[in-house]
Amino acid sequence: MRGAKSAKWVTGAIIVALAATACGGGKSGGGSDAKGAVDPNGIFSVELGEPEKPLLTGDTMESNGSAVMAGLFSTLVDYKADGSLEMINAESVTTTDSKKWTVKLKAGWTFHDGTPVTSKSFVDAWNWNANVKNAQGLSSWFADIKGFDKVHPEAEGAKPTAETMEGLKVVDETTFTIELTKAVPYFGHKLAYIVFAPLPASFYKDPEAGGQKPVGNGPYKFKSWDHKKKIEITRYDDYKGPNKAKNGGVVFKNYTTLEAAYEDLKSGNVDVLRQIAPKDLPVYRQDLGDRAVDQPYSAIQTIAVAFYADQWKKPKAIDPRVVQGLSMAIDRATITKTVLNGTREPATGWVAKGVLGFQEDGGAGVTKFDPAKAKELIKAGGGVPNNKISIQYNADGGHKEWVDAVCNSIQQATDVQCVGDGKPDFQADLTARKTKQVKSLYRSGWVLDYPVNANFISDLFRTGAGGNQGDFSNKDLDAKIAKADSAATLDESVKAYQAIEKDLKNYMPSIPLWYYKVNAGFSEKVSGVAYGQDGDPILTGVEVKK
Amino acid sequence: MGRYVARRLLQMIPVFLGTTLLIFLMVYSLPGDPVAGMFGDKGADPATLAKIRHDLGLDLPLWQQYWNYMTDIILHFDFGTQIRNGRPITDVLGEAFPVTLQLAALAFAFELVFGIGLGIIAGLKAGRLADNAILIFTLLIISIPVFVLGFIIKMVFAFELGWIEPNVSNDQLVSEMIAPAIVLGGLSLAYVARLTRTSMAENLRADYMRTAVAKGLPRRRVIGVHLMRNSMIPVVTFLGTDIGALMGGAVVTERIFNIKGVGGLIAESITRREGSTLVGLVTILVIIYLVTSLLIDLLYAVLDPRIRYA
Repeated sequence: MRGAKSAKWVTGAIIVALAATACGGGKSGGGSDAKGAVDPNGIFSVELGEPEKPLLTGDTMESNGSAVMAGLFSTLVDYKADGSLEMINAESVTTTDSKKWTVKLKAGWTFHDGTPVTSKSFVDAWNWNANVKNAQGLSSWFADIKGFDKVHPEAEGAKPTAETMEGLKVVDETTFTIELTKAVPYFGHKLAYIVFAPLPASFYKDPEAGGQKPVGNGPYKFKSWDHKKKIEITRYDDYKGPNKAKNGGVVFKNYTTLEAAYEDLKSGNVDVLRQIAPKDLPVYRQDLGDRAVDQPYSAIQTIAVAFYADQWKKPKAIDPRVVQGLSMAIDRATITKTVLNGTREPATGWVAKGVLGFQEDGGAGVTKFDPAKAKELIKAGGGVPNNKISIQYNADGGHKEWVDAVCNSIQQATDVQCVGDGKPDFQADLTARKTKQVKSLYRSGWVLDYPVNANFISDLFRTGAGGNQGDFSNKDLDAKIAKADSAATLDESVKAYQAIEKDLKNYMPSIPLWYYKVNAGFSEKVSGVAYGQDGDPILTGVEVKK
Repeated sequence: MGRYVARRLLQMIPVFLGTTLLIFLMVYSLPGDPVAGMFGDKGADPATLAKIRHDLGLDLPLWQQYWNYMTDIILHFDFGTQIRNGRPITDVLGEAFPVTLQLAALAFAFELVFGIGLGIIAGLKAGRLADNAILIFTLLIISIPVFVLGFIIKMVFAFELGWIEPNVSNDQLVSEMIAPAIVLGGLSLAYVARLTRTSMAENLRADYMRTAVAKGLPRRRVIGVHLMRNSMIPVVTFLGTDIGALMGGAVVTERIFNIKGVGGLIAESITRREGSTLVGLVTILVIIYLVTSLLIDLLYAVLDPRIRYA
């Protein structure tokens, strides 16, 4: 017994070395001589979630991936803050009838692997992205181009009958033409989208590698992607575009939560945030001072009507006046100020701020809070069926609070019973929308694809449009949209859409709620931080202090 | 002993198959389509959706999907690819597990040393001041929710004192892991301390203790060998199952401290309906549970020779 092997408790020595890593604001002292001086090769960091998908031009639709892609790729054109076009890789984009477009490229551009950017780089890339075999999420962007239906038949399981779209023709090294099936006056604006970026010849040999290590033609070249940790891109010195980077590169740092990113911003571990967590919104302006960002961007939150639901369809189609009444029963000013902490701005129409054709009061008064009028309208329209509505939302997205507030507002103003219909997460919410299970109303949102008002009307309310998930359909409106689309010039088209927006009041396809704002911040190390219309920071303009 | 181990290992096979099948069924019965979810508000045409589904084999009947999945795992050690980004799941798991393993090991060491240490002090001084102090301390820890404890630690040590960085950086240094490990191990530490204390206080009055003392053995040997060995069985049982819990249950802690480990991956896989990732994760967790519980059972024989295996 005495010699029995005693159980040894090897107590692993815990080194309680709360390492005093210098973090007590080490930088704040700083050398006085370097104050304000800009380091043209300085590298800064941006908070970013892990991109959901490989970094492909045809498949990057969410903001995490697009932020990186915007640095790696340059498209033919870009748009300025007023919605007008700026030539980037294109020398000119011209058309006489909005149907046949001619693109001339700037000479001397190269991809990051040194190969030249030619008209073929664009045409091949578009054909590849459009082909249904490659299952790219953004392929429908090419639907305007003649021959799209051959490379991307609509029906499930159908095989493409052509490899290339007949509307795309290479004229010479720096010129190509695009023929559309019908006139699209704002097609030039669509070309700013990432899906229209060119791809180098090396891409087609191994598209999978292209999604992990993209080779682009943009102001930055790809350096590394450490999944769920960081993505690094560095300045491309041979870049020929007007938006040359004023810094040496960007490190996109991955954070599990926005709260964590905000803490790191305060302790100087990350330089640029894209968003502030709801928890920190009430304090971030005091915390950051003039480094706090509060600016609108082109996105809108709406409540959409599920027109296929029995409530709105039987026994007869709902009178738009009822929906008008519901809209006027919502006290947007108070809800945005209190529940949403001033992070949204009450909407006055269906088109978001910052896009071509935005007009004040596009909703023609239908978003004004007026309980008496609201009651009147609902009564005039025959009342809300069953006098009860519900608003479907996804509970994982922080929407519950404002949905409850909107419901309260409606209930108090009109005596219509209103409840929130929470789905556990976004997936379940989407499935309910797709399978037409929404019972009454649902929350919906739209961020611009291209800065023209058509994007907020045609792509949402046209019969069968991709964003039209509530089955709204009206022949008159379809005809008006078709007419606006066939206008001879962009200007005329925009004007026609402005008229349609003013008129939407009589159809009420959805209830506009508020415009989104960028609520973000940046560190003391950087300056020149600006945010684009899509809400993402503009990387090239950021200057890093020494 | 050898036969016992072999039998236990064989038992793992049905458990392994059963749990993976259950998880597989559960994930696929959740409402929400992972492929449609990739497109959000803007939607996609049916042709693209069908093509993606076909490429991923999601258009096959469920039993066939499960069969393909399991044969790939067993024959090729291939856990499939993620629906959204097409990355091999072995890569995804290979990144997440070492991080969580490191965190769990630190937390485990912390609860082992301090939990048993406090338990021994409390057990030997049962009913006296030290015992009461430890009682209050452990009750306090048990009653504070993990996220509150996490925020308190961050608040005090990161923001007020500035001793640590508030978040674990992407390099995942060991020094950064200490604070989250303390938070993660805190709850179990309290349980370990209470278990040890009760077990020791009870055994202090046992016959063999009286004998050992009467034999004139030195106090260190009486406590260190005779008392400790017999008192450790319930504690070891708890510690064993706790390893599994630490590996899988770190969802909250990992979120608070920005750690990219298994916890976050589980949460993400559920919200994105990444069925195969989730099954892969659970499969590995099941294996960890099975192995640790086997080790614990074997350890019983070492601790108490009266427990023998056929």
